[in-house]
Amino acid sequence: MMRVDRDRRPPLGADPSLRFPEIRRGTLSNGLRVWTVEHAAVPLVSFLALLPVGASADPADRPGLAAMTSDMLDEGCGELDALELHDALARIGGHLDSEIGSDATILTLTSLARHANRASALVADMIIRPRLDAVDFQRVRELRLNRLIQLRDLAPALADRAFSRLLYRNHPYGHMPLGTEPSLQSVTLDEIGRFHRSMFTPSRMTVIAAGDASHDALAACVEAAFGDWRASSEAPAIDPALWPLPGVPADRLALLHRPGAAQSELRIGHVGLSRKTPDYHALLVLNTILGGQFVSRINMNLREDKGYTYGARTSFDFRRAPGPFVLTASVQSDATVDAIVESLGELDAIRGARPVTASELYAGRAALTRGYPRNFETAEQISRGAAQLALFDLPDDYFATFVPKVLSVDEAAVTRVAQQHIDPARLLTVIVGDRDKVAPAVHRLNLGIASELVPM
Amino acid sequence: MNIPYTRHTLDNGLDVLVHEDHGCPIVAVNLWYHVGSKNEVPGRTGFAHLFEHLMFEGSQHHDKGFFQPLQEAGALLNGSTNADRTNYWEVVPTNALELALWMESDRMGFLLPALTDAKFQNQREVVLNERRQNYENRPYGFASMAMMSALYPASHPYSWMTIGAADDIRAARLDDVRAFFQTYYRPGNASLALAGDVDTQVAIDLAAQYFGDLDAGEDPPAVQADAPAPPLAERRLLLEDRVELPRLYMAWHSPSLFAEDDAELDLVAEVLASGKTSRLFRSLVYEDRMATEIAASQNSRELGGYFQIVATAAPGRTLAELERAIGQALEALIEEGPVAREMERCQAQAEANFVYRLQTVGGFGGKSDQLNAYNIFLGDPGFFHRDLDRYRRVTPAAMQRAAREWLDRSRRVLLSVVPRGRTELALAGSEPVAVS
Repeated sequence: MMRVDRDRRPPLGADPSLRFPEIRRGTLSNGLRVWTVEHAAVPLVSFLALLPVGASADPADRPGLAAMTSDMLDEGCGELDALELHDALARIGGHLDSEIGSDATILTLTSLARHANRASALVADMIIRPRLDAVDFQRVRELRLNRLIQLRDLAPALADRAFSRLLYRNHPYGHMPLGTEPSLQSVTLDEIGRFHRSMFTPSRMTVIAAGDASHDALAACVEAAFGDWRASSEAPAIDPALWPLPGVPADRLALLHRPGAAQSELRIGHVGLSRKTPDYHALLVLNTILGGQFVSRINMNLREDKGYTYGARTSFDFRRAPGPFVLTASVQSDATVDAIVESLGELDAIRGARPVTASELYAGRAALTRGYPRNFETAEQISRGAAQLALFDLPDDYFATFVPKVLSVDEAAVTRVAQQHIDPARLLTVIVGDRDKVAPAVHRLNLGIASELVPM
Repeated sequence: MNIPYTRHTLDNGLDVLVHEDHGCPIVAVNLWYHVGSKNEVPGRTGFAHLFEHLMFEGSQHHDKGFFQPLQEAGALLNGSTNADRTNYWEVVPTNALELALWMESDRMGFLLPALTDAKFQNQREVVLNERRQNYENRPYGFASMAMMSALYPASHPYSWMTIGAADDIRAARLDDVRAFFQTYYRPGNASLALAGDVDTQVAIDLAAQYFGDLDAGEDPPAVQADAPAPPLAERRLLLEDRVELPRLYMAWHSPSLFAEDDAELDLVAEVLASGKTSRLFRSLVYEDRMATEIAASQNSRELGGYFQIVATAAPGRTLAELERAIGQALEALIEEGPVAREMERCQAQAEANFVYRLQTVGGFGGKSDQLNAYNIFLGDPGFFHRDLDRYRRVTPAAMQRAAREWLDRSRRVLLSVVPRGRTELALAGSEPVAVS
């Protein structure tokens, strides 16, 4: 047997080529977009219904309305009550997933491929014909109120909520999809019905069907289920470009007291960019180097060098309107201020004092480009990728141009976008932790006195 | 339905399993060591997991972080430790397979020359922070610790959680790391699975090249623990926590992994609490609205399993009500068994779940992880379809019998987790437990 030379790191050789799955695009007569992807690896199909209406569409006095409406979709639809629907889902080996973010509502049903017709029909029933029965409404409302109560004890949720609220205030991104207690208390079933009728319309919807069936068969399933759908009324389209951006928060530092907390939950950031930014790929590279993976500067500093945390990361949340740029970490209480000092230092340094190096650039780009094939292994992954194209109106060749675009990002571009899009003067720091362990050292941050938040 | 594979055992005892799947230009490298927190001793709990962290801090021929070369090759990677085993995995583009094998083999063979006290101290702090984040600072985070120490005697390794006690983590010494590595991180105590876009012979040759010359060493000692005896009488415990809603935990000893009644109880859990049509969801959450959430699971492990039901009380409702309703649902299932409709539904779901398990080559639960699980626990990497058969064979009568045999109310442990200062919300007769 050949003995290996362990001192020699095996070279990688040429990157494998990736054939991107073909997305076949069509439109039904009612305006609903149908995208299909063939993926024969396992006998499963998935139907993803994307509606570009999320929590940002909540009326100002009804935070939580969109999420509650989406929660009602699987509480009975068409001929089936909630229990009959879930019985039907189980019988086709269905996995149902519904999620709501700021910009979109997504309902995904994956099932055994032999039940594709039934799966597609059930998705259509949930989307088009939810029953919205009063008894289900009361139960769902109660469960959501209880969830809100339980979140009072969950430090990451408290930090997320305080951070969005302070950063965005009355902007449509200033509240959590779950909403608030007063709003959930006063919402009516009527409002949900109206929201559903005016927002859930075929011309807004994209259905992505992917899996072990032909393009034609997948498209036929969707057509049969959604073809007869006609909108009764339609709210005007949402244009996030029209939303005025919030100003910089008056307070730079905010603290939510959690007596005896074992750690401080940190959020540091400011309003970032929308998905349409021309700097998208450069920002992905920047974020990968800064806090987007294990070997990023933030994680290597706070975790691997200092041992303050189990992990720290940064992200640009690219949305239809500018989403947040945020650093997230949960750090041991007695290191809270030191961790913030280090974090602010890293966010500043990458803008010039310690700009990205050639080797960081190489590693950051390579992590993104060489890791890209992993996103195309399962039908559901492909559907989710395609949903991003639909939500943000990205070009058809988006997948194919991703790698060359990332590779074209150079050091100067990364430094430029860091200078342009990370602004130390605007950073808001939120701490959810024990005031008594944090307050004595807070003056070292030079961010003024921490404004204390009232528990929700 | 199956995960086709080829097995090749190296002279040093390392099993190499290869599964070809050419759908995507990636390969999963998945390495299991048959060691977990059940190999620990009292006073040094949490050690197997702390050790896992050190496996990412460099080895002799790559004395730097483990992540850097792999992330810049486009890999996704991670590791995890539980009571019975420790796993490490990378999902790499095909051109980085050799890199991943170079790195995995180096830390299997040459970890200790690169081990330093500074790395050790740093990762001990990181693990203490992992413990704070996932247990100490999380609602209900101490409940499983209280349950495990109530279900098993203090001498039994399942009586502690894999994360371990904070004081034990602080008490760990660098010499413990050396001894642990030399005892358990042996080729013969491991299984390597390679799955994805690779030719079987190429994969076996590469594995042999990188792992073949590692020292076989001696077999690790057997775990010093007997099959645990179930509690002789019902136990009621109480834990105060930073929570808003009281929660009830109810658990029994149950069959070990792949043992008789294991699949039956898995389906009992499914009928009780999986999905909106399940019995407990329907009665406690959907109809009566006394609970905000409900879960049931058969947790099977090598030395013995536990069956657990967890329910959170809706505001204004009591744990006593939950306990009564759950007890009644269990009695009904034991007396009458599942009905035909429930059987059809849960078996359809079980069958579909096996199909879902074939979707990814790597990561937690991917095909490579499953081949290793079957190989480490049963010595049979090809057990996938027989595993599915276990579920197909389950009858209503068998579920009824298994529930009757294992879920006896006189042998259960009940834990009430209540908001601090509200001990009156616990079930009557509960004794406080201290967990930290």
